[in-house]
Amino acid sequence: MKKFLIALFFAPLLAFASGGNVHLDKWPGSVGDKAALQNGAKLFVNYCLNCHGASYMRYKNLIDLGLTEQQVKENLMFTSDKIGGLMAVAARADEQKQWFGATPPDLTILARARGEAGNAGAGADWLYTYLRSFYRDAERPTGWNNVIFENVGMPNPLWELQGQYALNHETHKLEPLVAGKLSPAEYDKAISDLVGYMVWMGEPQQEFRRTLGFFVLAFLGLLFVVAYALKKEYWKDIH
Amino acid sequence: MAGGTFEKYKSDGSLAGNVLEWFDARFPATSMWKGHLSEYYAPKNFNFWYFFGSLALLVLVIQIVTGIFLVMHYKPDAALNANGVPVAFASVEYIMRDVPGGWIIRYMHSTGASAFFIVVYLHMFRGLIYGSYRKPRELTWLFGVGIFLVLMGEAFFGYLLPWGQMSYWGAQVIVNLFSAIPVVGADLSLIIRGDFVVGDATLNRFFSFHVIAFPLVLLGLVAAHILALHETGSNNPDGIDIKEKKDERGLPLDGIPFHPYYSVKDIVGVVVFLMAFSAVMFFAPEGGGYFLETPNFYPADPLKTPPHIAPVWYFTPFYSILRAMVWNFFGLDAKFWGVVAMGASVVIFAFLPWLDRSPVRSIRYRGPITKVMVTIFVICFFILGYLGTLSPSPMGEIVSQVCTVFYFGFFLGMPWWSRMDKFKPVPERVTMK
Repeated sequence: MKKFLIALFFAPLLAFASGGNVHLDKWPGSVGDKAALQNGAKLFVNYCLNCHGASYMRYKNLIDLGLTEQQVKENLMFTSDKIGGLMAVAARADEQKQWFGATPPDLTILARARGEAGNAGAGADWLYTYLRSFYRDAERPTGWNNVIFENVGMPNPLWELQGQYALNHETHKLEPLVAGKLSPAEYDKAISDLVGYMVWMGEPQQEFRRTLGFFVLAFLGLLFVVAYALKKEYWKDIH
Repeated sequence: MAGGTFEKYKSDGSLAGNVLEWFDARFPATSMWKGHLSEYYAPKNFNFWYFFGSLALLVLVIQIVTGIFLVMHYKPDAALNANGVPVAFASVEYIMRDVPGGWIIRYMHSTGASAFFIVVYLHMFRGLIYGSYRKPRELTWLFGVGIFLVLMGEAFFGYLLPWGQMSYWGAQVIVNLFSAIPVVGADLSLIIRGDFVVGDATLNRFFSFHVIAFPLVLLGLVAAHILALHETGSNNPDGIDIKEKKDERGLPLDGIPFHPYYSVKDIVGVVVFLMAFSAVMFFAPEGGGYFLETPNFYPADPLKTPPHIAPVWYFTPFYSILRAMVWNFFGLDAKFWGVVAMGASVVIFAFLPWLDRSPVRSIRYRGPITKVMVTIFVICFFILGYLGTLSPSPMGEIVSQVCTVFYFGFFLGMPWWSRMDKFKPVPERVTMK
């Protein structure tokens, strides 16, 4: 009965979970950190790309992470895909729907899709929190549940690294059950790298976009000086 | 002013001169250049608010040029590709990633859509405060309202094309509104969609409207808007007629040729505008999730309704008015009255020239009543706009109803309050403040 009441109390909180009204941990990384992005790419192709596609993204774009074509081929490509090909998923959508209850979404621009009105960058925070919020739940067919995405179809794909947690329904906090390969701090760093990769993958040219933006604004600043002087000169006799 | 007669170009005997004379004898080159630019006399006291007309023209050009390049790579196809993604959605990401410079073109176009409405709203506000719609410029104003209506259609059709979740469900909601019209509604929405749900047929016809039909109408209306303006001459912040005080040559004393004076001045405005435009485009292309709504990064899924369907920010004031109508009248559904109210809230701008009975045009020489009414109207417009981005709530509903009453009260009460005000004497000549 007590459990039921608590569940009832938290139900509205969980209902908001996918609506974004839940507290999100701030993603601590940055898309400028090439080493972190490379590590994130490694985690992504090893742990995510098996079930999720990144089907707007080409393998050759990974070269922009400071890798050579050879390095991408040897470390980040496991199938018969071509380097110029899209990072598509091999699993069949209809089968996956049978296994998980829903087809795993394409992840190329998920970090952007998870943003919010007024805070377009919130997608990174959501992913960073989500991937650290899995817990064991015997009532779910997969045995897994998630604090900020109730009854999610995906079991924790990173459990080997993170270990396993249980949700304490009294404190609403996660408590460790089984330790993983990584310490909690190492795991947070790994997730930060993975999220960084996903943010980068959402718009691989974003760093160049900002750099170009500075040049464009600098040019317009100069043009403003010229245009303003021209206007002053023409208008000096108008009173 | 335009419409005057100008002497045809006379050659100085050089080859270029001869060609020009031949050309000008067969085409109104000189008269167009002089009538609309170098001898079109505009009041010399244009202020900040007078930049937005030329900026709207600039954004129109940006949208057309970027649009041409987008159409080269975009595919209006709702079928799923080999990876289970709608072809249209994937083609937008293809433009963003694989087309060289594609992301610049796409962000220019998406930022341009919001920029268009920003400059048009400011341009309309200018007309409102300086009485630019008053006699003899009613027709200029009416063409302008036409431009605004067509622009809304253009934006609505264009928003479906990326085929994201918000594209899809936004179109679904708006097209369904037409079904609220009695008798013909269901068939009308069926004709608009071309299918029983928003689908490939809808996407293709919206694409056609967006790239051909509406831009053509828009260009025609813009030409008519400018021609009508140049026939009567421009209004100014003092709201007085510069043609009443002329020099011995018959030129307005307070007028200056549009070119070069306003062409060089507008260049300054263009550069400042482009700086703001670039700041958004290069550093916040999503416009904080308002210019590119984040749910639109999910491909359209007809089986999954998003929890909250919000139109893009430039439609939200009118969307709030739609949602504010919750009562059934005369046996007709509240939804129908919502559609009527929303339509009326846009079309009512067309009646401004005849609703305003004030003896002076400009707000500068009108009293506190006008200033209070305009302020309330603007505040209500912003509140309605803000509420339109949120999920419906009981509080929001009441606030939007109050704002809707003020919104229509502003227009419908205008024949009375615009006459009641205290007015200041209008100057003989324009002032340079």
